[in-house]
Amino acid sequence: MLCPDADAEVHGKFARTASIWPRSVYFTGVIVANRAMSKTLFDKIWDRHTVAPIMQGGALIAIDRIFLHERTGAVALNSLAAAGRQPSDPSRVFCVMDHIVDTRPGRSDKTLIPGGQAFISETREAAKRAGIHLFDVTDPDQGITHVISPELGIVLPGCTLITPDSHTCTQGAFGALAWGVGSSDAEHAMATGTLRLKRPKTMRVEFTGTPSQGVTAKDLILALIAEHSASGGAGCVIEFCGSTVRSLCMEARMTLCNMATEFGAMTAIIAPDGKTFDYLENRRFAPKGKLWDAALTDWQDLHCDENAQFDCEIVIDAAKLAPMISWGTSVDATIPITGCVPSNADKAVLEYIALERGQQLIGTSIDAAFIGSCTNARLSDLRRAAKILKDRTVSAGITAICVPGSSEVKRSAEREGLDQIFLDAGFEWRESGCSMCFFAGGESFAEGARVISSTNRNFQSRQGVSVKTHIASPETVAASAVRGAITDHRELN
Amino acid sequence: MPRPFTSLRSRAIPMLTVNIDTDQIIPSREMRSTGKTGLAKGLFAGWRYLSGTDYEPDPAFMLNHAEFAGAGILLAGENFGCGSSREHAVWALAEYGIRTIIAPSFAPIFQNNCSRNGLLCIALSERAIEEISQLDGELTVDLSTQKIALSGGTFWGFEIDDEAKAILTSGLEPIDLTLKHSASIANWQAADAKERPWIYLNPQDQQGHLS
Repeated sequence: MLCPDADAEVHGKFARTASIWPRSVYFTGVIVANRAMSKTLFDKIWDRHTVAPIMQGGALIAIDRIFLHERTGAVALNSLAAAGRQPSDPSRVFCVMDHIVDTRPGRSDKTLIPGGQAFISETREAAKRAGIHLFDVTDPDQGITHVISPELGIVLPGCTLITPDSHTCTQGAFGALAWGVGSSDAEHAMATGTLRLKRPKTMRVEFTGTPSQGVTAKDLILALIAEHSASGGAGCVIEFCGSTVRSLCMEARMTLCNMATEFGAMTAIIAPDGKTFDYLENRRFAPKGKLWDAALTDWQDLHCDENAQFDCEIVIDAAKLAPMISWGTSVDATIPITGCVPSNADKAVLEYIALERGQQLIGTSIDAAFIGSCTNARLSDLRRAAKILKDRTVSAGITAICVPGSSEVKRSAEREGLDQIFLDAGFEWRESGCSMCFFAGGESFAEGARVISSTNRNFQSRQGVSVKTHIASPETVAASAVRGAITDHRELN
Repeated sequence: MPRPFTSLRSRAIPMLTVNIDTDQIIPSREMRSTGKTGLAKGLFAGWRYLSGTDYEPDPAFMLNHAEFAGAGILLAGENFGCGSSREHAVWALAEYGIRTIIAPSFAPIFQNNCSRNGLLCIALSERAIEEISQLDGELTVDLSTQKIALSGGTFWGFEIDDEAKAILTSGLEPIDLTLKHSASIANWQAADAKERPWIYLNPQDQQGHLS
């Protein structure tokens, strides 16, 4: 248990997961006047969406897109209806069944969590009443919100987008200001087309250098959090930039932005470029024809001006990073795969995770492996994992599950034969959804199991009661599944 | 409509762990209905009960200590409320009776959810929180003067932004406040629809835009 008690170990102190690096976030002391001349990408989007200055240091900000899901969608829609209100523009509100929907093959509305079916049916009814776009359980476009929003061209560069889901920051990869909110704010945005917001601080995080073989976007973001702590993002809007970020494909950029919330940031954003525009062109809800041309012209300004000031800056040499893996129960409790549990690791955390100070993670036996989630379940993630799994099999006794990020990802993977590689290796091949990233759907790993997971949170009991989660890249998950123990995937590549 | 917050006199429950996430505050398995109520029982369920099935209180857990029965103030470590954006975490805390949380820092989504539901988040230094945690007796949290007073006469001032303070003090519904700006919103949207027509989708066209 992590709660403090009268025990001398934590008395008068804060129980803390140890980090292997000292914290070093430097606030740069912004001169506000500079902002008028040179703007960050965030400044440009904020200024353009400012409807009215309603408070000191804040404003009423227009919201372009709202995305709901069945876990909180019905709450927000029903609460809105109970107040006698309607979404002000239902054509810009979307909803998908992703959170608690079953991911086992042949699924229906039935879901393992008690009362789960009601979340699905009530959300469906509320969405239909409100006249918003609904991607239902069997819709070919169904998938995890942050995977399908880009797939369908719902998120666009320069737009504001909110979802009652903390990983909405994923979509900042497209140069949108996209962030997670609670149900009340989702309701507010639907009713008014706006949110009341205090202007957040800004942080620039630059990755330079070419990552070595086997180091992925997941490792970049885990390294950032490990070094600067789970609250290092301090409520900022982070702009990821630098040559390393430019060289990432759109799917990797989404992985990078996805875990801005685990860094304690409001969200993250990456300036759009040719890769962004190529990705979005001809997507279902993206503008077409002359409208596309006009949008493309407008989007050319979506970059940080030279000399624009940030409140805080961090530079990381990506060439020095290794594949990362979490050892504890907070995302900043993360080390390079070849590393050892820190010598000052919190005792209560060690008791939960059943590891010892100084213990090497490589070789630690696992019970299960999970590839899925809005972090790492897109086509490129599945391809890289499949490369390791091809002609290999999962170690005996290991539960191994792959849940594609969307129904489209699943179909694309099947067209390439990736499903067969996963199945031949001994992985389950599932329908799309959030699934066992957390056990909202009622399905979980065995009590106390040690799970290696391509997801985003290693919190206590998140993937099942007393489950010990180690988060890492899909490659590390695949390699560890094969060996039945935590493995440096570079040994198998 | 959230209850207006003026002042609160209560003992403070010390839970000085850092990074207490919303999965711990309200585990997903405890979110059983599409409503905002019935959540207090699931508050800190993983820590508060001896097992996940019978809800037998764990006597070692702070919330279960007799001296903190009915307390409305929670003391916590930095980054309180990190993780999932689930507002159920705030609804569970509010239903249990927590009205004020004092921590060195809060996760942004959680903090916003609190002010929407009449909960006051106060950021104080770790040192101040440690000091408060070692005191016996009640604290008085006063929002109008922005002070936390202890029985001995010592007090700490705290910062809160005007918007959160106004909403907490008045108990007003933010949607009602915003709808007073309906004309500005309509004007902004009309101008924006000319500048960025691609943002506005055709309601009749489920495929998206008409090109």
